[in-house]
Amino acid sequence: MVTKKEIKQSFFIGLWFMVLTFPIMVIKVNTIKHIVIFRWSNLFWVGIVGFFASLVWNYFLRMKEEKKKADTKDDIPLIHRLLQNERFRIPFLTALAVFFLIYPFVFPMYHTSIMISALVYVMLGLGLNIVVGLAGLLDLGYVAFYAVGAYTYALLNLHFGISFWFVLPISAVFGFIAGTMLGYPVLRLKGDYLAIVTLGFGEIIRIVLENWDDFSNGPRGIGNIPAPSFFGHQFGQHNSVIYIYFIVTALVLMTIFFVGRLENSRIGRAWIALRDDEIACQAMGIDKFKTKLTAFALGATWASIGGVVFAAKTSFINPMSFTIWESITILCVVVIGGMGSAIGVIAGALVLILLPEYLRAVAEYRMLVFGALQVIVMVFKPEGLIQGVRKIYKFKKVKE
Amino acid sequence: MEPILNVTNLTMNFGGLKALDSVNISVEKGQIAALIGPNGAGKTTFFNCITGIYPPSEGLVEITPPGRPTQKLNGLKTNYVTERGLARTFQNIRLFEGMTVLENVMIGRHCRLKSGILKAMIRPSSQREEEKKAINDSYEILEKIGLDQYVNEMAVNLPYGAQRRLEIARALATNPFLLLLDEPAAGMNPQETKELDELIVWLRDNEDLSILLIEHDMKLVMSLSDNIHVVDYGKKIAEGTPEEVKSNPEVVKAYLGDDSEDA
Repeated sequence: MVTKKEIKQSFFIGLWFMVLTFPIMVIKVNTIKHIVIFRWSNLFWVGIVGFFASLVWNYFLRMKEEKKKADTKDDIPLIHRLLQNERFRIPFLTALAVFFLIYPFVFPMYHTSIMISALVYVMLGLGLNIVVGLAGLLDLGYVAFYAVGAYTYALLNLHFGISFWFVLPISAVFGFIAGTMLGYPVLRLKGDYLAIVTLGFGEIIRIVLENWDDFSNGPRGIGNIPAPSFFGHQFGQHNSVIYIYFIVTALVLMTIFFVGRLENSRIGRAWIALRDDEIACQAMGIDKFKTKLTAFALGATWASIGGVVFAAKTSFINPMSFTIWESITILCVVVIGGMGSAIGVIAGALVLILLPEYLRAVAEYRMLVFGALQVIVMVFKPEGLIQGVRKIYKFKKVKE
Repeated sequence: MEPILNVTNLTMNFGGLKALDSVNISVEKGQIAALIGPNGAGKTTFFNCITGIYPPSEGLVEITPPGRPTQKLNGLKTNYVTERGLARTFQNIRLFEGMTVLENVMIGRHCRLKSGILKAMIRPSSQREEEKKAINDSYEILEKIGLDQYVNEMAVNLPYGAQRRLEIARALATNPFLLLLDEPAAGMNPQETKELDELIVWLRDNEDLSILLIEHDMKLVMSLSDNIHVVDYGKKIAEGTPEEVKSNPEVVKAYLGDDSEDA
């Protein structure tokens, strides 16, 4: 049921939208003929759309409130129930595996290419999820470690001709070291202060890369980065994309595997404890500093590996690929996907990176639609697309 | 009896405010000692000073774990204090809300476990054994405290009394020899308080623990404690058995005010 109050409210929202969009929707200046056209019919449509959008919005908000009231506490997301249920888990995972296996052969190269980007973001998201989602450290300079990985590959290859496969472990180590080095002075801070300082660090790395010409070739960047080879065999352009696709898929699987293990280990539990209550955590014998540092360093490790893949895929990197905007995107992946939830982050990365590509159908409005979708997710599912669940331990003695 | 905790001349200055002024307190092995005093007397500050949350301005904090030599605790970080065998609970419940009850207790085991990053990722048999043992140990502790029916619940969904007990369970998991309880009965109903009373005595008798507690529930303090320390305005004003403290004029004055000053 729609109440009278809601109709009144929606009416005013419609009016407000008419005022707000007046300059862009109604006035059109033709600069050549020096005339101003007033498109009054647009004003009418804005009012109508605003009115009904507001009604629908209110309806969904109310549904959400009612659902919250009737909430049974253990409201486990569907996908977790699927994965926990023995009968569905195997077919579900098999279907998923088959899909990803045949993907590059069924879809055109363009789709494979954007899927590679999305999967790189899955890795970055899972890495940042350690820092932000599990350990609760707001890191706005995450892209710096992505840059470390990309430049590690580009420079080592340029100067020493080291191949992709050797750089991969080296970059992981470099990422870990960079994370430790940047983390060490920064982690004394917390909350907003940490966010600001990491933001600064991220920018410093980019600006250094941009201005230290002898080292990084400055804003001109580094080109001709070779794609990964297959036991010495170099693929052609088309096959190379498919090859990278499978490499990224394998790396993502590895990330899911290791990050999942870390999450349910002594260290992972310490991260969550640190996020929930710093003082109680220390009083339980956890070294705050060491725990934060491991989270930061491990997050950096995966960003760095992601960077190597990125460099190999695009074959050209310059500092413009590593701006603050990139950090924000990765943070969005984590927050919209669901903080601390690996499955959520994966879903978040796929939605957030693939959606703008598929939205090209609506051309110039795609970023508008994309932004609106982000707002909608945050209003209706503030905990993210898929919330994380904690591991259930089984004991013989526990009564059912 | 030899004291296991010996605090001498402990002073804590916050700017110009002396929250603690040359406090001497010692706790003996197997004792249930209580620290009481009016609101704002410095009781929680005392706990924070010995557990390393604040570094004390002056004074000496020494512990003598059973069977080991005396050690100084001053200036140690909180987590090292816990590692040396002092575990505490908090006045306002500080559980890890994003974790299950069992995981909360497993956090307490953290400092007794060793597996690092690589072991967590590769999971060799030593790590798996350790993890299994930690899970079983934690479950046993929950059984002892009577929280085993909540094992996989989120800590935040527990009833109030159970949350307080979970804090104790979590502290026990660190293998302490001295348990510091900061107002464990705050907000509990009489039934819960009675159960807590039994639990604390049981812990001392069966777990080989000594206990130092801050409490406002005088009935609980008087029935439990072997020894009571009274502080007021950061100064220790009395010490003794419950009977001695009850009849001490200084204590009565601190709690009820002094008639002579009214005039």
